[in-house]
Amino acid sequence: MAPTSLLQATAITKSYGDLKALDNVSFELMAGEIHALIGENGAGKSTLIKIMTGAVTADSGMLVVSGEPVPHNSPTVARKLGISVIYQQPALFPHLTIRENVALATESGPAWRCINWDRRHQRCLTLLEQAGACLDPDRLVETLSLPEQQLVEIAKALGASPKILIMDEPTASLSDHEVERLLGVMENLRSQGVGIVYVSHRLEEVAAIADRVTVLRDGKHIATGDVKSVSSPELISLMVGRELSSVFPKREVQIGETVLELRAVSSRMSGVRNVSLEVRRGEILGIAGLVGSGRTQLAETMFGLTPADSGQIVLRGRPVAIRSPREAIQLGIGYVPEDRRRHGVALEMPIFANISLANLRSVSRSGLISRSRECELAEEFIGQLRIKASSVYSEANSLSGGNQQKVALARWLALRPDVLILDEPTQGIDVGSKAEIHRLMGDLAERGLAIIMISSELPEILGMSDRIAVMHGGGIAGFLARSEATQQKILTLALGATG
Amino acid sequence: MTIELYRRETSVGIAIVVLTAVLAFKAVGFFTVGNLTDLLLANMPVLIVALGMTLVILSGQIDISVGSVFAVCSVAAGVLAKSGMSTVTVGIAACAIGACFGALNGVLVAYLRIPSIIVTLAAMVALRDGLRWVTQGAWVENLPANFQWFGLSQPASQALTFSLAVTLVVSAAWSLRNVQAGRAVYATGSNETAARLAGINPALITFSVFVITGMLTGCAALLNSVRFDQIPSNTGLGLELKVIAVVVLGGAAITGGRGTVFGTLLGWILLGMIGPGLTFLGVSAYWERAIHGTIILVAVAADSARVWSGRNAGNLAATGA
Repeated sequence: MAPTSLLQATAITKSYGDLKALDNVSFELMAGEIHALIGENGAGKSTLIKIMTGAVTADSGMLVVSGEPVPHNSPTVARKLGISVIYQQPALFPHLTIRENVALATESGPAWRCINWDRRHQRCLTLLEQAGACLDPDRLVETLSLPEQQLVEIAKALGASPKILIMDEPTASLSDHEVERLLGVMENLRSQGVGIVYVSHRLEEVAAIADRVTVLRDGKHIATGDVKSVSSPELISLMVGRELSSVFPKREVQIGETVLELRAVSSRMSGVRNVSLEVRRGEILGIAGLVGSGRTQLAETMFGLTPADSGQIVLRGRPVAIRSPREAIQLGIGYVPEDRRRHGVALEMPIFANISLANLRSVSRSGLISRSRECELAEEFIGQLRIKASSVYSEANSLSGGNQQKVALARWLALRPDVLILDEPTQGIDVGSKAEIHRLMGDLAERGLAIIMISSELPEILGMSDRIAVMHGGGIAGFLARSEATQQKILTLALGATG
Repeated sequence: MTIELYRRETSVGIAIVVLTAVLAFKAVGFFTVGNLTDLLLANMPVLIVALGMTLVILSGQIDISVGSVFAVCSVAAGVLAKSGMSTVTVGIAACAIGACFGALNGVLVAYLRIPSIIVTLAAMVALRDGLRWVTQGAWVENLPANFQWFGLSQPASQALTFSLAVTLVVSAAWSLRNVQAGRAVYATGSNETAARLAGINPALITFSVFVITGMLTGCAALLNSVRFDQIPSNTGLGLELKVIAVVVLGGAAITGGRGTVFGTLLGWILLGMIGPGLTFLGVSAYWERAIHGTIILVAVAADSARVWSGRNAGNLAATGA
């Protein structure tokens, strides 16, 4: 049977003011195909998706779904056509339970119908299981972590039994184990004839799962082809329009003395159990583990948010107590948290104020903030980190994800810390910015900083770390040296398997 | 935040200029010294409380109990003055009483983490009705002669009031911009988690802005009380709405993190002159509150239109459209 075309977008153009987000782009999705859509941030992927889902209207071009032209697309129309979408940022009702969130998206019928609570519960359980999530449907969504929320989104999308499923970086916040399960779900849907548009920055996933791939760059269609016929380096050069020397430019750095050492540290508040580790000058210590294994909690304990209640923390040879972020900052520890929009940048504040926020003392004279010193500091980091911003006075709101992350990073670099903890430093940012952040980490290590990097992306862990600590259930399951580490070994430790 | 003179301040400024120009042509009588002095004095409490409210709103909270706190402080000031206390002591006492109620609100909001709208709604009702019960609705009358106008001549007292208000406005604007604690107020309102990670204590900041607001409310109550020879027990009714209107009109985001003292000052000037100005132009005074309401609605709608378009642009940048 010849594959049927599910969706055809022809010669789509869309401008926002002077910016041409999409310029004469065409895209086709077949039934039973996983079609990857890749490109740097700003390439036009999200706009193209929004046109398919009816969230925005194209300036010109044509959209055909299942052979029928769709002249006036809207979210309601798209839903009727069987188009379902999972966005990068979960959009759930935080004060409702998982079950109610799933029911709202999947049940239909008159407003006064009787609810079969048992069936609703069972259905939710089934969908969660299909999505590979082991969650209690009665939990409130606000108590879920970002990846858990993402899994609920996936369950919601599955429940709508879509013909066309659009996934905008669904794996950005998932750990590798969860990603694997999700890929399984996708394969299953594909065999049922569902067409999937898959946006991802992770090329190894694209290579593993997709049938075809379309590359966009600067709003233009660059190439569409069979995934089997292109290699990852080729894809990267198509995306960026230039060759990247190496995705992970790991540099050889002289590793110095131990800066931070944890001896059997536990914290009841965060569930960190009996963690011992050390990190040296110039060293990048990668922390791997599944979501929920306690990686972020460990970082929060080291940073004083959930202080340790037993064990010892030794900094530069002296035992210290870190009871609050303020104390951690004074001791020279920096922490760039996960989920920059929620915890990292203050979106309403200008860039200069974001960069100086943890470091107001150094830009102050006799207790008073000096605006000129503040701007100097900001200019210095805008240059050093190549932050793309119109001025230091622009609100953080106006920056792209990668640049917001660099601003969050600049805040901590401005402190000139001895230890820098990075939690998912490159989550959801484009390949170019990612490479720059990796290059920067190399620079920092060279200058003698001790870096602790938490990441869910195994190639990043393997590519950047000198040593890898793998966490499981709040404790450390094992350490791996750079030379001996492989994806298998990390996963084995992360899953808690012995041997 | 502070440097880019943000469109709201410009548009409020333009509205003030237009209104001034119209009045200059149509009702020159508006600009007599006597009228302007009266207008300024009558609106002084609003300005002083609005300074505190600016801090509260910047930090992402709201305080609707200021009208009731104002009444309690006014009546207390009158009673204390009658008991023979010196005016200076009465002033300090009024500020202290205000600060205590502010501290109560602050503890409940910052440390027990009860939403500020609920806490201050409860305080508003409890204080207002508590005061009515205690005073049985009676006004404080026969105030001692040395209380009115601080026992000074009227012009001297007015000069004192003006200079105090100017000092408060300037120091609020200056410290929000130049003092680390001022920056911490913005950070707390903009992103509490990011503020905490940056070593700021958001709970302490929240607590402090409520205390400061209470104290300023006490100060405003005193400056208002000395103008009359009696203190009505229902004074300050609706003050909270006027004050919030001034701050919001001045461009502060009701969600926190964005706004300036300069904006609040402009909002105060516009709202303060529009009612009397219209009276001078022959529009019935009954329209004043309706016009206030309309202005606020327009200002906030303009703001959300701006935020909305900004958010779209932000999303574009963030998600790669």
